[in-house]
Amino acid sequence: MPAPPCTSCHAARAALRRPRSGQALCGACFCAAFEAEVLHTVLAGRLLPPNAVVAVGASGGKDSTVLAHVLRELSPRLGISLHLVAVDEGIGGYRDAALAAVKRQAARWELPLTIVAYADLFGGWTMDAVARSTAGSGRSRSCCTFCGVLRRRALEEGARRVGATHIVTGHNADDMAETVLMNFLRGDAGRLARGGGLGSPGEGGALPRCRPLQFASQKEVVLYAHFRRLDYFSEECVYAPEAFRGHARDLLKRLEAARPSAVLDLVHSAERLALVPAARPPRPGSCSRCGALASRDLCQACALLDGLNRGRPRLAIGKGRRGLGEEGPQGAPGDRAQPPASETIPAF
Amino acid sequence: MAAPLSVEVEFGGGAELLFDGVKKHQVTLPGQEEPWDIRNLLVWIKKNLLKERPELFIQGDSVRPGILVLINDADWELLGELDYQLQDQDTILFISTLHGG
Repeated sequence: MPAPPCTSCHAARAALRRPRSGQALCGACFCAAFEAEVLHTVLAGRLLPPNAVVAVGASGGKDSTVLAHVLRELSPRLGISLHLVAVDEGIGGYRDAALAAVKRQAARWELPLTIVAYADLFGGWTMDAVARSTAGSGRSRSCCTFCGVLRRRALEEGARRVGATHIVTGHNADDMAETVLMNFLRGDAGRLARGGGLGSPGEGGALPRCRPLQFASQKEVVLYAHFRRLDYFSEECVYAPEAFRGHARDLLKRLEAARPSAVLDLVHSAERLALVPAARPPRPGSCSRCGALASRDLCQACALLDGLNRGRPRLAIGKGRRGLGEEGPQGAPGDRAQPPASETIPAF
Repeated sequence: MAAPLSVEVEFGGGAELLFDGVKKHQVTLPGQEEPWDIRNLLVWIKKNLLKERPELFIQGDSVRPGILVLINDADWELLGELDYQLQDQDTILFISTLHGG
């Protein structure tokens, strides 16, 4: 049984069925449609104005590879310039191979690349050192949470160093839907409220961030990379199997099998969600140490590093979200666990 | 009686890690009573190629959700999925979408 003809060009055989619409397209028509949709997301959301200097968070993985490739194709239309920024978290064996993939991409696409390392930015802390410090503390499952907070900070710092005006990350619709599910399951109304929209406009002096692939499904990102023959790195981080996100991903994949539009429906649900006033997060202030946006005295990254430096990493996340000045008695009987801090997405 | 088939089985996107890191496998499927389809190819792969953690590749009688299947570079959703009958010299590619970002 041959594949049906492409419903767009009617010439070639279809190569995939699109998850949302069910439309059957050939590889060439699909790639053109994918690029046009990213262009529409950027233009309709006014995400990247002409002359923007755009730092692309590049991990070497499929999402950032596709994002960088598509934006490079679109950059003449958009009038933007691109700079790859990669973060070296200091994860032995894993990140070295991923960074090698980013270097190959930068060379092939003739894009400037800057690598910023946790060890340089955070007083010698690598992710491997953080993991050793948290091992046995009952927080080993939180590696991705720690790493997400630090990576966000590192990307911001890298983007500033290259003179970027905007930051883009490769989060796709599945990433967003997983985050929505996780925030629901953790009862984290504040993050649900902030999660909608295509990014943050750059409050409190932070660079504006956006996610041009936010409406692209994981399947389409992977197939775009396949049909365009993009070379990307696809090993799982050594710390990821512990993360809660994996459960949300499995659940989402099962939901998607029963209802292919479930992923995008969840993303749209989060966007339309309205919270009662009491559940809205407080207006963020600024971190007393670094000046970054913070809803407490210290921002998440500074609180986390502070906890690590004091040898009490558990203070930095979870209970520590209350702020270091509000430390309660530790481990008191009946001291019910506070809702943990949400994990930021483990990769960009 | 279906004749033996020669097909290429490929793994990508991280799925190859469950197969000793080998991406391309040229395989010969023995002759059998029933025609070869993807459903019994998966059983054969599990028995003959899969090296570790089978639950990360196969769930029930199908692939784990999140693994894409391309038959001769076309989405298996267009070709009957598990019921697709293999032809000699077909290329079946399994791509994981679940690895990395």
